[in-house]
Amino acid sequence: MKNWGFTIPKANQINFNNNSLELYNKVIEREPSLLGCIFCGSCTATCSTGSFTYFSLRNINISLQRGETNHLKEIISKCMLCGKCQLVCPRNVNTRNVLLSLMDILNNN
Amino acid sequence: MKFDIFVLPFFSGLMFVFIYIFFQYRKWILELNENEKKLLVQHLFSKQIWKTLKEIIYECLLHRKIFKTNPLLGYMHMSLAFGWFILIVLGNIEVKFYSEYTVNPPYVPIFLRYFEPNPDPHFFGRGFNFIMDFLLLFILSGVALAYTKRFRPDIFGMKHTTYHMPLDKLALNALWFIFPMRLLAESFTAGAYHNGSFLTNPLGEFFASWLPVEAFEYTMWWGYSIALGLFFFALPFSRYMHIPSEILLIVFKNAGINACIMPNVISKMEIKSCSRCGICIDTCQLAQVGITNIQPTYFLRDIRYKKLKEETTNNCLVCGRCNVACPVGIQSTNHRIEQRIRNRNNQKMDYSFIKKPMQTNESEIIYFAGCMSHLTPSIKKAMHDILNQTGIKWQSLDQNESICCGRPLLLAGKKQAAEQLIEKNKNIINKLGGRLLVTSCPICFNTFSHDYDLNIPVMHHTQFIDYLIENQHISVTKSDMNFVYHDPCELGRANGIYDNPRNVLSKIGIIKENEKSREKALCCGGSIGNSSIDPNIKKEITINALKELTTNNPDFLVTACPLCKKTFSALSPVPVKDIAEITVANMIYTENKIVQLSDFVIANNSD
Repeated sequence: MKNWGFTIPKANQINFNNNSLELYNKVIEREPSLLGCIFCGSCTATCSTGSFTYFSLRNINISLQRGETNHLKEIISKCMLCGKCQLVCPRNVNTRNVLLSLMDILNNN
Repeated sequence: MKFDIFVLPFFSGLMFVFIYIFFQYRKWILELNENEKKLLVQHLFSKQIWKTLKEIIYECLLHRKIFKTNPLLGYMHMSLAFGWFILIVLGNIEVKFYSEYTVNPPYVPIFLRYFEPNPDPHFFGRGFNFIMDFLLLFILSGVALAYTKRFRPDIFGMKHTTYHMPLDKLALNALWFIFPMRLLAESFTAGAYHNGSFLTNPLGEFFASWLPVEAFEYTMWWGYSIALGLFFFALPFSRYMHIPSEILLIVFKNAGINACIMPNVISKMEIKSCSRCGICIDTCQLAQVGITNIQPTYFLRDIRYKKLKEETTNNCLVCGRCNVACPVGIQSTNHRIEQRIRNRNNQKMDYSFIKKPMQTNESEIIYFAGCMSHLTPSIKKAMHDILNQTGIKWQSLDQNESICCGRPLLLAGKKQAAEQLIEKNKNIINKLGGRLLVTSCPICFNTFSHDYDLNIPVMHHTQFIDYLIENQHISVTKSDMNFVYHDPCELGRANGIYDNPRNVLSKIGIIKENEKSREKALCCGGSIGNSSIDPNIKKEITINALKELTTNNPDFLVTACPLCKKTFSALSPVPVKDIAEITVANMIYTENKIVQLSDFVIANNSD
């Protein structure tokens, strides 16, 4: 068949019957301040890695809350842990520990 | 030969300790690598050994560093260590007057009064009797202070004392019992024979007046021996192992065998050299906000007995105040990072997205602002102004895209990942090909100068500005503004840069020195070393630090670290400025003077 460069996109539905929030809950347990996140995106705007890639802590948090976690291990391996996100967070989320906890959990499984 | 069965607890304990220390020393010495062994042998046969011996006497016997912390605390430690040492030495000399043998079993001087209840009636006998009583009184004053310290640590300037584990308590109580038991034993003997000196005589006569001292005397000597034996048997497994290991540690360190982050013999020795004195608890800023279970005294103990929890490892600002305060000089922040590396080093990271720069401008100076300076653009701008004013060709390493230096990764224990970044950055710096790297962030400066092994010199901007003013490449006006300078941890304690910023500030205004300055400087609380602490507690640390720093009511609180500035300025009652901003505000703009390359070579050599 001729490839026209168009494909049928996959259904972009979040199915909470299949998606597990286990990872999100584990992160929250280790760093409860993440609950205060208002998804303003300040962390993403200032992110050092974000200036090179599409790395975004805001997106990571959204993925966590949706239970879409398969791609997280690869994404999070780009973080340089510089801690700028923590300094700009208006909600005082301990973002550096969110990232570290996520790395710890994903790497220990 | 003098012998009685009651000496056995003491004698067997002593033999046990000697054998244990012998094998422990042997193990440590054999673990040294070839180069370190060579250093050690060289040191042992050089003149430097006298300096080492002096240090051992000063630190292990006289406890000079504890005297500096608190005189009463120093006296307590000195009376026990130095007093006991002299008591043993003089006891061994005294024995020579009573024994026909040249060498005596070690228990004879310890229990001499039992074996020789009637001292020599000559001057020497009475003289020794007096000296031994006096020394015992000296030690007992230390024991009394030690008892007092358990109930009233505040008299010794301590808010917290270490909470000891059962084995330490056993050894501690055995030690506290030794000298009162010696007093009782000697007094009972003195009472029975109606002799003794100024301490044992009246006490002995007092007991003799209402007790059958002859019958009790023997029991008391048993008690003295058991207390000694118990202490010796507990010593290798308790905090008192610091006594033998500290001696060898001083020798090793003076021989040039250095502590480092990766575990080596020194770090193993340091773990056993911690006396759990608890001085680090009060000096730790986390203790001020109610976290009192993670300080080096507990942290090193948990490593030693293999019960370390991850929370203890992670909950630390890595400011290094404890390293300075430690009377043994243990670099516990190294241990902290080492443990973090154990936990996290295997986590795979991928920084392939950082590419080498496409084009480079020819320039003499590479300026690296650092991640944190991107959040405090006024520092970056000030540095750009200064660099432009000098007329030197310069370029920015992280103008648009900020790269991390790798220290935050190392502080989190991701050594491999940090090395990946370091390699990437090194390639970029080499490609840019400047003659000098100037950075605005002490965190970056620390890692650039220690972990990068660059082929160009690295300067923090405080050094750079000091150099420029010193050589009249820029000039500043002096006014009567007054500053309090806050030493950033990574610039001061980690790199010893205390004078450069003060030189600069004294040329612009007046420095009001604070009690918490130089190596005693506080952490701003913003440290990236501690990931697990609650942000609100961090805020409390910042407020506490600001209270101390602004007691003099300065016009400006000046610092040299973008992270300190960012952390302080949110909460400070006085304006917080970076040293570069202060310089620019008082800089006289003149025609450009081009600084020649050779000038930097000079600066490099004088470093």
